[in-house]
Order: sequence, then C-alpha cells, then structure tokens
Amino acid sequence: MTGTHMSAIAEAPAAAATADARKAGDWLLVATAILLCVWVLLPIYLLIVNALSSPQEVTAFPKRFFPSFDIGSLTFFINFAGVARALWNSVLVATLTMILSIGFGAPAGYALSRFDFPGKETFRFLVLMTRAFPLPLLALPLAVMFIRTGLDDTAIGLALVHTTLALPFAVLITFSLFSGIPVELEEAAWTLGCTRWQAFRKVILPLALPGIAASAVFAFTISWNEVFAAAVLTIENRTLTAFLLQSLGESPLYLKFAGGAALVVPALIFIFAVRKYLFAMWGIANR
Amino acid sequence: MAEIAIKGVAKRFGGFTALHQVDLTIADQEFMVLLGASGCGKTTLLRIVAGLETPSQGEMWIGGRRVDHLPPRDRGIAMVFQNYAVFPHLTVFENIAFGLRMKKLPQQEVERRVNRTAELMHIEQLLKRYSGQLSGGQRQRVAVARALAMEPDVILMDEPLSNLDALLRLEMRAELKGVLAASKTTTIYVTHDQVEAMSLADRIAVMHQGRIVQAASPVEVYRNPAARFVGSFIGNPPMNFLPAAKAANGSWSVAGLTLPGPKSDRQAIEFAIRPEDVEAGEAGLPAIVRVIEPLGPHTLVTCDVEGGLFRAVLESSATVAVGDRLRLAPKPERIRWFDPETTHAI
Ligand SMILES: Nc1ncnc2c1ncn2[C@@H]1O[C@H](COP(=O)(O)OP(=O)(O)OP(=O)(O)O)[C@@H](O)[C@H]1O
Ligand SMILES: [Mg+2]
Repeated sequence: MTGTHMSAIAEAPAAAATADARKAGDWLLVATAILLCVWVLLPIYLLIVNALSSPQEVTAFPKRFFPSFDIGSLTFFINFAGVARALWNSVLVATLTMILSIGFGAPAGYALSRFDFPGKETFRFLVLMTRAFPLPLLALPLAVMFIRTGLDDTAIGLALVHTTLALPFAVLITFSLFSGIPVELEEAAWTLGCTRWQAFRKVILPLALPGIAASAVFAFTISWNEVFAAAVLTIENRTLTAFLLQSLGESPLYLKFAGGAALVVPALIFIFAVRKYLFAMWGIANR
Repeated sequence: MAEIAIKGVAKRFGGFTALHQVDLTIADQEFMVLLGASGCGKTTLLRIVAGLETPSQGEMWIGGRRVDHLPPRDRGIAMVFQNYAVFPHLTVFENIAFGLRMKKLPQQEVERRVNRTAELMHIEQLLKRYSGQLSGGQRQRVAVARALAMEPDVILMDEPLSNLDALLRLEMRAELKGVLAASKTTTIYVTHDQVEAMSLADRIAVMHQGRIVQAASPVEVYRNPAARFVGSFIGNPPMNFLPAAKAANGSWSVAGLTLPGPKSDRQAIEFAIRPEDVEAGEAGLPAIVRVIEPLGPHTLVTCDVEGGLFRAVLESSATVAVGDRLRLAPKPERIRWFDPETTHAI
C-alpha cells in the first residue's frame, strides 16, 4: 500500500528529471556540434582569408573579416621557383599511392570478407599493427635501402612508402564494404550463369564502387598530406609538403598561408567531390 | 529431363556434421519438398545441389550427369534464395534479364521472356523499379520470375514464402504450384512450414538432424510416419504417444487397454495415434479433461492419460467440461507403433 504511494510520488519528479536530462542532452549535442564545426572551420577560414589577401594585409592588424581577394600572395607562391614541379610531384605520388593501395587493398579486403582461411584474424590484426611502427624509426633504414635499390628520390619509391601507410585503411574499409554486400547476391549471380570474376564485376563492383572511390580518395589524401617520408626520401623530386617544409621555414608569413591553402584546398575539394559516395557508402552499410 | 540423385552426401563444418549420408532421388518434373525444423540441414543440402557448397563426401547427379565438380552455372539450375537476393543496382527488368543476358540471348528473346515471366508473376507494372522500391512480397515475385525466366531444368527454392504475411503466402503458394507445374521443371523446395509442404509437394522429404527420415507422398508421411519424429513433427496438433507394455505375443497393454499390435521381442514399445483418430465413447483410454479449445468445426481437448499429455479432436457437438473423465477409443486401423530405441515404425 505505502509502497505504491511512494512510487507514484517518486515518479513525477523522476519524469521531470528525465525531461530535464534530455533537454540538457540536446544542448550538449548542439554545443558539441558547434564546437566541432568551429574547430574544423576556423583554421580553414583563417587560411583562406589570409591566402586571398595581399602580402601587406597578412601581416597587418586588425584583420579584415572578408578577404580582399588580392591574389598577390598566391601568384607569388605559384611563381616561386619549384612550386609547380612540387605540385606535380604531389599529384603523381598521390595518384600512384591511390592506385597501388586500391589495387592491393581491395582484393585483400574482398578475400577477407569472403574466404575463411587459417590465421585470418591474425592477419587482420597484423594489417592494423603496421600502423604501430613509427615512420621516423623506419625512415633511416628505408632511405639506405632505397638508395641501394635506386628507388630514392623517385615518385614510385615514395608512393610505395605512402602505400604502406594507406594500405591498412584501404584493406579495412573495403573489407567492411564487401562484408556489407550479402554473399547471396554473388551466389545468385553464379547460379544465373556468372563465373566468380563476372559476378564480381557485374554485381559486387557496382555496389562497392562508391565505397572504393571513397577509400581511393582517402588514400590520395593520406599521400597528399604526408610530410615525413617525403622529406626524408626525396631531394630533387620533392612533393609539395616536403617542399613547403624545406623552403618555407624561413619564408614570409603570406607565402606560408598561400602554401597551406594550396595543400588544404585540393584535399577539401576532393572530399567534397566524393561526399555523395561517402554517404552512399554509409547507405550500403546501413541497409 | 532432369532427374536429381543425391548419393551418400555428407557435409561437415569443422567438427560439426550438418549432413550424415543423405540419399535421395528426385524424379524428373517432381515437386520435392525438404521439410524439417530449423538447423536440420535443409539449406545445406540445397546449396550442395546448387554447387554453392561442396559435399565432404558423396556424389551429386543431375539429369544423368555427375555434377560434383561443376560450378553452379553449369548445373542447369536456378535458385530462389531465402532472402531473395534481388540485385539492388538493377531494375526489376534487368534483374529478370540478368541470366538471359549471361546466356547472350538476343535482345528480342530477352524481352519476350522477361515480359512473359513478369506477367506470370503479376509484376508487369514493376519492371522499371529498383528492389528498394518493392515490398517483400514483390521482391519475392521478382526472385521467382528471375529463376523461371532461365527456363532451368531444376529450380531450387529456399523458404521462398517465409517472409510473407499469411494471406499473401496462401496466394503465392497456389500461384507457385500452378506456375511450376506448367513449367515442367524439377523442383526442390525447402520449408519448415508443414502446411506449405503438404499442399505443394508431390513428395516430402522430412529431415531431422542432418538425416532424411522419410521421403514419401504427403498423405503417406502423414498417415504412416516412418519414425517417431515424423509423427511428432507433422500434424497440428501432433501425434499422441503412449507407452505400451507387452501383454501377450502380438498384444499390448496401453493405459490399461489391451490392443492387438505387432509381434516384437521388446517388452515395451510405443503406441501412437493422431488426435482426430480417437472417439469419445464407452470404452477406450481413460482420460481426464484439462483444457478445452473450441475450433469451430471441431473441439480440441487436451487430457491427461496415465499422467501424460494427450490431445483429442472431437466433434464440436460433444459436450465436455474440464475435469470430465472420458473414454477415448482409438480407431484400430489408425494406430501406429514405434520402437522406442530405434524410433522407427514397427
Ligand atoms: N558455414 C557454416 N559453418 C558452420 N556451420 C554451419 C555452416 N552453415 C550451416 N552450418 C550449420 O549446419 C546446420 C544446418 O544448417 P542449415 O542452414 O542447413 O539449416 P536449415 O535446415 O536450413 O535451418 P533453417 O530452417 O533455420 O534455415 C546448422 O546447425 C548450422 O549451424
Ligand atoms: Mg535455411
């Protein structure tokens, strides 16, 4: 008797408390979202404002809220000796990295998702473990080996190193991608007259393509942003990151901003271009 | 002509034996239903026939050809998967046309066949849609149409109606039966729904724990279960079982009633009778009524007989009340006997 009373009384404040908690939760969510947006967008905003300002404005104070759209800094940067070449090297290395990591990563991901073999779990673990080796530790022996084999200072040599960085992600992303596509679709294709390869090409590939494109872009971006190996392993054929690290250390502020923008903007555009595929990837995973 | 012969097929997954020595022959154009509880190996057997799974031992023959080493596409089969497996990136038309295009049929023939099977399955108006825009029942029809369009010798279906609502299932069941009879294919149809099995099958193969316990016509399986499991699995409500002790040679004592039965060396065997094969009367098995369920045409009465559960289907005109003591007389020609050790019928 008293028990039911007690619980009835206790319920009302409890309900109010959960409503309060939910409200607080909503606020927390909104605040976190805003904070994260600022965290990401503010540096990009500052970078772009400064890159689009004239050299004088960059060092001036107070700052303008809108850039003056003066391309002085940018033209200076583009015409700066070696920039065009470094840009080309970056694109080349990143493209090679992309091709290599998808070329090796996607088949590995497919095999992991479709076949059972002894040591499969260990293999998956090892794939991740490769990320545990700090690159600086490997850099010196790698440089020695590259010089011996003649791979030093070449785009393909650097792309190989970048591929080792990007490959684990390519394997794991494509693994989850292929795992998300029901085996029955593939088996249905076999019973309808396909060989294994035809079934892959006609059924699995079209479904996985968005995700593969996304992980390709991801590999591209990893290479595009990588600086350490690029700085150690190249001398003449520097990529943009290595070039900026080397030559802009002592250069004026406006040149750094222009260089930073030149690095960030392509990466942003790439991600923006494949955003649809990135969402599509989640769509497949959720279905 | 596609007769299927499964000869001594066994399948092991690691240490687990999913199929023990399965032997089954399915005649040309026969409709064979594999029936069994969940996990008894129905899908595994079907996949072995399709070539999606390799048997650990045994032989597979289709149409007089040994097919063990052949990939699915060379076996002359088409399969309808339990989860439909309709390709999401293709329209319904292209789904149905998929296998025909693989055969490199001319466009005209592809269109003719797609339209014909679509008409057969009543999905003509859906041809331009994608699978995401279809209901479960429609997807089901697409999967069946895709298999039929191949005009295969053998069609394999894995619980194709399991995800449909009761009404649609009833409708599709009748349609499938008509369509498949007309298409002259040999069919293996997997289900765990006994009503579906009874209504569709030429023959039912009842599976239990990786073995085929009985393969016979629906009536035979119902009337003369080859093993205790078949009697308890088929029929709703299932068969009643009571212990029988030897009274004399060829005569057995069941719940105090002495009945003529088989001659056996055993001292105790099992008596079995279907619930609808007993009549309430003056003499018979002594029963105390526990639960009464009026079902319209009949009344299902659950009783205690010798401390065990016993179900009887009585005329709805019979007036019984909970606690009543009844005498349930089994129809002599419907009594079955089972060996309690081998569980086989005697
Ligand atoms: N790839 C596999 N690895 C290990 N065990 C498996 C595998 N496939 C099936 N099994 C086991 O084999 C047994 C039979 O499985 P199967 O899928 O044939 O059952 P089923 O009769 O089709 O059941 P359901 O009616 O639930 O579909 C089950 O116990 C299952 O766990
Ligand atoms: Mg199954």
